[in-house]
This record gives sequence, structure tokens and C-alpha cells, in this order.
Amino acid sequence: MKRYYQPEIETASPEQMRAWQDERLVKQVQHVWDNVPFYRKKMEEKGLTPADIKSVDDLKKLPFITKDDLRECYPYGLLAKPLNECVRIQSTSGTTGKRVVAFYTQHDVDLWDDCCARAITAVGGTNEDVCQVAYGYGLFTGGPGLNGGSHKVGCLTLPMSSGNTDRQLQFMTDLEATILCCTPSYAAYLAESVNERGLRDKIKLKAGIFGAEAWSEEMRRDIEKQLGIKAYDIYGLTEITGPGVSFECEEQTGMHVNEDHFIPEIIDPNTGEVLPEGTKGELVFTSITKEAFPLLRYRTRDICVLSRKKCSCGRTLIKMAKPMGRSDDMLIIKGVNVFPSQVEAVLLEQGYQANYQIIVDRVNHSDTMEVQVEMTPENFSDSLAKITEMEKSLVAALKTMLGIYAKVKLVAPKSITRSEGKAVRVIDKRKI
Amino acid sequence: MSIQQISVFLENRAGQLAEITKVLAGEGIDLRAISIAETADYGVLRMIVDDSQKAKSILLDSGYIMSVTPVLAVAVPDAPGGVASVLELLAEGKIDIEYMYSLFTHVEGKAYMVFRVSDEGKFKALLDSHGIQTCGPEVLGLKQ
Ligand SMILES: [Zn+2]
Repeated sequence: MKRYYQPEIETASPEQMRAWQDERLVKQVQHVWDNVPFYRKKMEEKGLTPADIKSVDDLKKLPFITKDDLRECYPYGLLAKPLNECVRIQSTSGTTGKRVVAFYTQHDVDLWDDCCARAITAVGGTNEDVCQVAYGYGLFTGGPGLNGGSHKVGCLTLPMSSGNTDRQLQFMTDLEATILCCTPSYAAYLAESVNERGLRDKIKLKAGIFGAEAWSEEMRRDIEKQLGIKAYDIYGLTEITGPGVSFECEEQTGMHVNEDHFIPEIIDPNTGEVLPEGTKGELVFTSITKEAFPLLRYRTRDICVLSRKKCSCGRTLIKMAKPMGRSDDMLIIKGVNVFPSQVEAVLLEQGYQANYQIIVDRVNHSDTMEVQVEMTPENFSDSLAKITEMEKSLVAALKTMLGIYAKVKLVAPKSITRSEGKAVRVIDKRKI
Repeated sequence: MSIQQISVFLENRAGQLAEITKVLAGEGIDLRAISIAETADYGVLRMIVDDSQKAKSILLDSGYIMSVTPVLAVAVPDAPGGVASVLELLAEGKIDIEYMYSLFTHVEGKAYMVFRVSDEGKFKALLDSHGIQTCGPEVLGLKQ
């Protein structure tokens, strides 16, 4: 079976990868300097010209670009190719403010499809497979991205788009789909429906590629069990290209970044300083091969960790962990970065519900953190010793995850205020 | 023979205990025994009531976290040294006490105590061999 879609790239030596990145970055900086006044102005403000960027080492000199910049530049402000060379747009859902519109040349679409083809090949996909793409098609990048990748691999592609579960299940069984691509929540829903309707013996699925949403390891195991498949994560964002910026391999321990196209960096979200490999921080991408909509040092606001640790799949592409939160949500407690999502993951793992509140305070010039969590019927016992035991193991699990001590306070059900809209997860009394 | 005990999770805040007893009293539930074990933040309230099924549904409807567990009700000789004799048996058998508390009820010149211990079977056998009785709900007039 073919293990890699582009073996010469996916297993390239670090020196070779670095050489490609150096060359492409230099070219890209010149390209935006020549074609995007917005970038030229930003670089000039920092006293930079393209001559200052000679290799990836100089990447840190370049200014960041943020989502606000993208909104400000809507719609054509960051376009780096004439419109008559562009063949496609994709767009973000734009829940707040203006949408972001990303442009693609045919070459951009080709490279994006390659990235998704690498992801499909990594989960065992070949031209013998039937790939059911149940991501939305349209402005959303999920459907078009995996659709293109599936074509490149040579799978029989079922362009289902999302929704219409009856039809999804009918095609899944009648056409014997082997790979399912959709959001994890839709995968969980389909898995439930398959079992409810007693179709488990009629499906031929072996793998799933699920992204565009945050999902937990528990959810992965659950979907895998319910469908009898291996479930893989995929990461991407419209601003950079769409799904396929990074993808999971058989090891399922993080996602390989297609770094021949997108250079990742991890920065301190507060200072913008580049952090060493293995440190948690905000993920930043520079697209070095995009023609129409190249972004230099785009701040994703996703918090994660990069690792060059050798992967058993043989790929040398750097790996990123599943994003563990958004930089906007980050708390600094006792000098340590803490994300509510990390607390939530621990609570779920320990059998509590995701109904919690984090209270941060400063007592005698020292930060304190308290996690209030509601008692559940399953965790309750007539024995106080058992409850305090569980409380202790929760404190220990939080300490392992966060690296700092957090006091746990078990509270009665429904005692944590539930606001109508977004739950108030953090009360930071230090700011008062 | 055992009786049903109701345990409820309570936050360690003023008024919590008064509130729950009021809820139960309002529905005509009679408390026969009550005990609290607590930490600084929360506690476990344990109760023996005259109608545990009814109490259970009232508490669940009121949103409490609770559980029902069978516990041993031991008929302790209502005389000086009565409790001591039972505790001695536990010590002899190297059985740990998780908790114990007494019922308000006195019947036939006997006091009744609730015991939750590490090894119930062994405790039961020791009580039997020393002629100390445990009792079921009917003796105590409980509807369970
Ligand atoms: Zn790998």
C-alpha cells in the first residue's frame, strides 16, 4: 500500500526541507512586496525591505498579520495576483464582523489538493477507496478541500456535502464508502445513526478524517468504537488554505504540518517573541507557496505545541499538537499559561460535567486558582472518604495538565451560574 | 438485615441543612436519624427516614445529588456499656468503622445505631455469635 502521497517531500531530510523553505520564503516576501501595498507598508514601518529576509532565520523580523488586518483589507486588500489569474474564492463563516475572503489561483488549488491528498493517503487511502465527503461544500473549505484531495488520490469521491443523514447512510452502505470525511460532531451523529438503524454490519468504513472543530480523545475513541474505524484529525484554516495545513498519520499523536507550504512558528501571545520547539504558545503560519492570497506570519490564535520528535510513520514533517485553546482565552497564573479548555478536558476525563468555573485571585502577592465543579450523581458517594479521594485525584490530574496547583471546590448541581449565552468560565478577581 | 439510608451532597453553606429538612418536612417525611460528615467546603448528610422511596423522589425533584445505600441498624443494649460492647467486637474483628450514628427511635428498651463498616459480613457474624441483633425496617416502623 502507498504510504505517502509525496514521499520525497513528506520524508525529506531536514536540510532539504530547510532549503526549500529558505528559497520559497525569500521569493514570497519579494512577491508580496511587489504586489501588495499593505505588506509593503507594514514592512516599511519596520524598516524592512525584501533584502533583509535571506532565510527562515529572518522570518521573525517580519510583522505579524492578524484577523483584524484581514477584515480591514476586505475584500481585495491582500490580493497578490490579478483577478484574471484567480479561479476561486473560499470564505470564513464570519460570525463576527466582516467575512474573510481568500482567493486561489489554479496553482493554489492544486497545492491545496495535494495537501489533502497527503492526509487521505496517510489514513490508508488509495485509488481503491470510496471517499465520502460529508463536509459542507460551498464557501466553507471543508468540502472542496477533501474533495480535491480525494480526486488526487484517485478515490471514488462521493461529494455528499453535509446533512441529509438518510442519504448519507444510503450511499455509505450502497456504495460501500471506506473513508468518511466530515466534522467530528457530524461523524458522532452518523455513528449513532448507523447503530440505531442496525447498519453496523452493512458499512465498510475503515477510516475517518474529522476536522474543523475541536474534539476530545474520548470523542475519538467513541467514534472509532461505534463505527469500527480509525479516526484521524486534520487541521486547517481558510486564511492559510483550508483543511490540510496539517494532518494526522497512523500514530495519532499530533498532526504533520505541510511545512513545505506553510511554515509554523510558536510565539508568546503577549510579547510576540518566538518560542523554542516544545513550548506552548500561539501558532503562527507563513504560507510560502500561495500565489493569490499569501499570508506572512498569520496569527491563528490557536494555542499549541510543535514537535520535531521522530515519528514512527517515517514522515519528517514537523508535528503540531491538537490546539488546546485560543490565545484570547489564555490566563497567566503564577506565570504559567492556563487555558480553560485544559481544565475542561481534565474534568470530562474524571467523570465530571463540563460545567465549571475558574476563579483566579491574588492573595499575599501570589496568584491562586480555584476550580469549582458541580458534583455529579455518578461521583457522589455516602462515604466522605471516597469523595475526598476523588477530589484529590482531580487536583492531581489538574496539576499534571496545568503544571500548577489548583484548589478544587465541589459544589451542588446548578449552583454555577448559567448565563443565557456563553457560559462565564473564568472570574479573574486580580483585575478588580 | 439492613435498612435504607439516604445520603445527600450538601455545600458547606449556612442554611443548607435547614433548607433540606424543610423540604422533607413539607412533604410529611419523618426523620429518624441524621448525621453529617463534612470538609471545609462540602458535606455528606446521611439520614434514615420513615419513607425512603418518597424522600428519594422529593430530593431528586428538588435537584439534590443523593444516593440510597443499605446500612446495618444494630440493636444496642440500652444499658451502660451497650455501645462499648459493639465497638469492642469491631476492634476484635479488626473491622474499620466508616461511620456510625444513632437513631432517635428507642424500641423495647433497646437503642438503635447505624453502622457502616469495612467488612459487613464479618461484623454480622460477630454480632450474631454474641447475640446482638440487627433489625430491618419493620422493627423501626420504616416504610422502605
Ligand atoms: Zn507520523
